[in-house]
Amino acid sequence: MPEREVKLTIGPQHPMLKEPESFLLTLRGEKITDMTVRLGYNHRGIEKACEQRTYIQDMYLVERVCGICSHSHSTCFIQAVEEIAGLQVPKRGLYIRTLISELERIHSHLLWLGVAGHEIGFGTLLMYTWRDRELVMDILALISGNRVNYGMNTIGGVRRDITAEQIPQILSAIDTLEERTKYYIQVGTQEITLRERLSGVGKLSREDATHLGAVGPTARASGVNRDVRRDDPYAVYGELSFNVITDEHSDVYGRTLVRVGELMESYKLVRQILKQMPDGPVVVKAPRKIPAGQAVSRYEAPRGEDVHYVKANGSDKPERVKVRAPTLANVQVVAHMLKDGYLADTPIVIAAIDPCFSCTDRAIATTNIDNGRTDRMDWPTLRKYGIDWYSKQGIDFAELNRKLRTMRESN
Amino acid sequence: MTEALFNIFVFPGFLFVAVFGLTAEYVDRKLYALMQNRIGPPWFQPLADFIKLSAKEDVVPQNADALVFKMMPIVAITSILTAFLYMPMWGSKALFAFKGDLVVVIYLLTVPTLTYFLGGWYSRSVYSMIGAARSLTQLFAYEIPLFLSILAPAMLADTWSLSEMSVYFSTHPWAILCNLLGFVIAIIALLGKLEKVPFDIPEAETEIVAGAFTEYGGRLLAIFRLAIDMELVVGASLLAAVFLPFGLGYGPAAGFALYLVKVLFIIGLISLARTIVARLRIDQMINFCWKVVAPLAFLQFIADLIIKGATR
Repeated sequence: MPEREVKLTIGPQHPMLKEPESFLLTLRGEKITDMTVRLGYNHRGIEKACEQRTYIQDMYLVERVCGICSHSHSTCFIQAVEEIAGLQVPKRGLYIRTLISELERIHSHLLWLGVAGHEIGFGTLLMYTWRDRELVMDILALISGNRVNYGMNTIGGVRRDITAEQIPQILSAIDTLEERTKYYIQVGTQEITLRERLSGVGKLSREDATHLGAVGPTARASGVNRDVRRDDPYAVYGELSFNVITDEHSDVYGRTLVRVGELMESYKLVRQILKQMPDGPVVVKAPRKIPAGQAVSRYEAPRGEDVHYVKANGSDKPERVKVRAPTLANVQVVAHMLKDGYLADTPIVIAAIDPCFSCTDRAIATTNIDNGRTDRMDWPTLRKYGIDWYSKQGIDFAELNRKLRTMRESN
Repeated sequence: MTEALFNIFVFPGFLFVAVFGLTAEYVDRKLYALMQNRIGPPWFQPLADFIKLSAKEDVVPQNADALVFKMMPIVAITSILTAFLYMPMWGSKALFAFKGDLVVVIYLLTVPTLTYFLGGWYSRSVYSMIGAARSLTQLFAYEIPLFLSILAPAMLADTWSLSEMSVYFSTHPWAILCNLLGFVIAIIALLGKLEKVPFDIPEAETEIVAGAFTEYGGRLLAIFRLAIDMELVVGASLLAAVFLPFGLGYGPAAGFALYLVKVLFIIGLISLARTIVARLRIDQMINFCWKVVAPLAFLQFIADLIIKGATR
């Protein structure tokens, strides 16, 4: 390769990416000298949409912020609403919520392990972990009736109870998964090519992790001992005993170890929850209108700390909802980790934060600092811009519009 | 004349190698799938892929050098087919054989990699160019170990001809055992030549889409893919002829059946290798080839030198 700089665009459409996002890499040979991230391909305006819907509708909407950690977002949102309304959720309801959130963490981490394998060309790891992930998906389907968007939460508790027959099924699946996870730990620590590809890649020192605001397994793999479940217990985490897994490797290998370690902790937690779960109701009746007030809710999603802010104004619709998905906190560190790395490591470094771009995406507005012009457009300007653009291409909508009008009038 | 045409186009030429190549791809994919706990494709999948691709439109990128772009798949397939004519299949004698055919086969097997490079480079797309540069970088890493590991048994048999080599080994069966290390090295180098995991760096899907083949589509891609399948067969046949030259004295039919078994065995080893490892980085691959594989190949060569001196 000649030693000149090449600009390589990865995305918005690229086999590496599961969601549209764009990375512009500047390469010198195989080395990366610079990188810029461009967000905004997948912005769906969920926060704004929440303001126009009732709390019950919002719950379903917020659950669809993320396809993988759907329970995380809905729980985080509902916790804030319940805090404003001053609702006391029954213990059994909280236990079931926690159970779902741990099962979700298991399926998310197994999914990540498979994706990581795929990114470094280790297809077998992908196939094995995703086969095993089916076990936990089946359990989630057994409890909630759904594999991905569980629809378990409701304001004031959960919508379904767990029956006594389900408990042995859950436990046996957890036993199998624990066995398989031990095998993956063995593979991860002993397979030479796997270790070679992961060690020393995407270095992030503890200082940088704190400074850039990394969260979740990304931060914990750099030795930052931080976990909302322990530091600010929500649901029933205060009554459960578990370890927060940290690692000092500060690279992708460390992130892998943290995630498989957390899997083992989650199995422990699921057993504890099923053992300690009290009897009683799972839900209290919630008012349709939430009194005025505001609340911030924190939640340890599989990808890191999720923060929701809800402001209520006394009606049945929230005045403002703000979502800070964990990937938004982690996406800044990617550019830092990629610098001076190899092109071949780009996929695994990006995948190592377990990105979820559609959760993160924001509408981006830029302002030119020289002339103060913004790239924002109001609706009539955008419409005019579109018509002009097409007429420059030789497509005239005037004729079509006239036809459409005559058709409507004749009807 | 008719016989020559039959040899070139039907057996052991194009038709036979094409069918064998597609079968080899099926066996490879099926084994890979079974080892990964999947069902895998049906037997006609490679043929179906070929037909589907052939039915599609050929698109030549605007910036590409159209002549080179269109020529390269054909050059690749031709050189592989030519190499196959020198492979002994039903005994110790190949259809065409002369003193020094081993060198010609090795040379002809290098040509496809060069066509991947040229095809990718003249596509003028960033992904293709990076993939092309990687193919060529990789070529320099695995060719030397491959040459050395094949040279060792050739030197032991004191000939440059594949047929004479198999004659020597059938009269000295113990000599096959001397080259087991060389066999392992040759398998590793063949993984590099065929661009399979852990050495699929030039077409690493998650990094550079399809590497040198990114801009290829339609018939041209179909030919390239067929060429890669045939390369698998020819590479495995070469290894079978050099490292597994046993059981050649039972007549053409048994010899041919045994040949198929040997080739499928080597393909099985390749599938196994790509199941159990992850893709390496290009710098790791070059380090591994030069610091581990090449010295081991030298060791094999020296060991064979000593054995030859001792048995004379």
